[in-house]
Amino acid sequence: MIYEGKQKIWSDYQKEIPDDHYYYVRSCIRQTFFPASEAALLNITRNILGRDVFENEHHTTCGGIAYHSDTIPQETIMTIVARQFALMKKHGYENYVCSCITSFGIYIEILETWRNFPELEAKIADNLKKTCNLEFAKPKFVVHTSDLIYKLREEIAAKAKYKLVNVKTGQPLRVVEHIGCHYAKMFPSKGVGGAEYPYVLAGMIESWGGEIVDYPERRHCCGFGFRQYFIKANRGYSLSNTHKKFESMEPYEPDFIITNCPGCAYFMDRWQYVIAESQGKTYGENGHGIPVLTYEEVAGLVLGFNPWDLGLQTHQVYVEPLLDKLGIPYEPAKKFLGAKGQDIGCPALPSCLKV
Amino acid sequence: MMDFGFYLTPSSTIELDKVDRKAVDDLARADSGFRTCIACGSCTASCTAGVFAETSVRRAILSVLNGRDEKAMDLLSSCMLCGKCMMVCPRGINTRHLILSLQKYYNGK
Repeated sequence: MIYEGKQKIWSDYQKEIPDDHYYYVRSCIRQTFFPASEAALLNITRNILGRDVFENEHHTTCGGIAYHSDTIPQETIMTIVARQFALMKKHGYENYVCSCITSFGIYIEILETWRNFPELEAKIADNLKKTCNLEFAKPKFVVHTSDLIYKLREEIAAKAKYKLVNVKTGQPLRVVEHIGCHYAKMFPSKGVGGAEYPYVLAGMIESWGGEIVDYPERRHCCGFGFRQYFIKANRGYSLSNTHKKFESMEPYEPDFIITNCPGCAYFMDRWQYVIAESQGKTYGENGHGIPVLTYEEVAGLVLGFNPWDLGLQTHQVYVEPLLDKLGIPYEPAKKFLGAKGQDIGCPALPSCLKV
Repeated sequence: MMDFGFYLTPSSTIELDKVDRKAVDDLARADSGFRTCIACGSCTASCTAGVFAETSVRRAILSVLNGRDEKAMDLLSSCMLCGKCMMVCPRGINTRHLILSLQKYYNGK
């Protein structure tokens, strides 16, 4: 294909991401799974890259978990979302950045619904006025925090202390990137690279020196799927999804996995433990698992943050083999110490998954 | 091994790289219908036994191509060789011969 023509087609898969001035909303489940990732994002964007990312304590959950579990109706979640947008407007922002892929999907879905059903939008505006006494507003841009890090990836690379390179071999680390389903599969035009060629995480890895692994089940869901997990009897479906992905990526021997979705990071990490303990199968080197990191954690490592300040001790699969490959120093004795040096407790060790 | 109260479901993945191609080639030599079938399902729709038991020539051929010979044999175990499928096949496949060839091949193994 002619290069210019290819570039033109690729331009259709791009997304406009503002450079600065964001109203930031957190993810309810990330704050329990990987709480340090959100703190790292704010630290990187505000203190290292000098961006204006505003957060206030009045925002709430987007309601996505309840919505996807069929426990609240759509009009309720729309009013919750309208309140978030109204808070953004109240604080003088037009760009909305959210930390969760489920939330991102919810925001895009609701904005699209309002665009197609203006009478519903008017009803929600009325609900918002009656319940919260806030003025209805819509953001100019809605982006996910991985979009923001993608936008800033070259600035991060310029300030990097470490590259995603194996210091022992000099070879780029082999990285599996996993995109959350609600990022671009529902509304492809809202994600970098669309649903077919999502580039948001691949772009980061390439900028930071790593190499992307392409494997057959690369676009397969991680298996979280809300109802597959929430009901214990259904968890076999969730586990089987993850198992399928790991079986597919195993021959390519990835060094680590990067994800942009709270559920994907959690389940690809935790299910490795369940598969190991119930099936005796591990996927990393020498009986270890494959470390699963969020993009903020990877950005933090590249920028030289202390791994324990990034919350890497909260992962099920131990990250020390990866840190050794990257040549990042760490103090094993401080792994389970809190911010004030107090002992936060070492979890029970698995019997099969090597730590 | 630890029991978590939920389990892996068997994978439905078919790895064609691991299928015994010799069996497929041998069967195609015995009856070219294995290659000419277009999986339209006319045979299954007209099958008398299929009303009462899981019987399908179409799925049996597909199972052979996917390396699932036991499944193929199961799908034809209720066949009465009435030949109705032969009469409706748009590709003119001698399905009765195909079924007998398949049974002969796997039973003889």
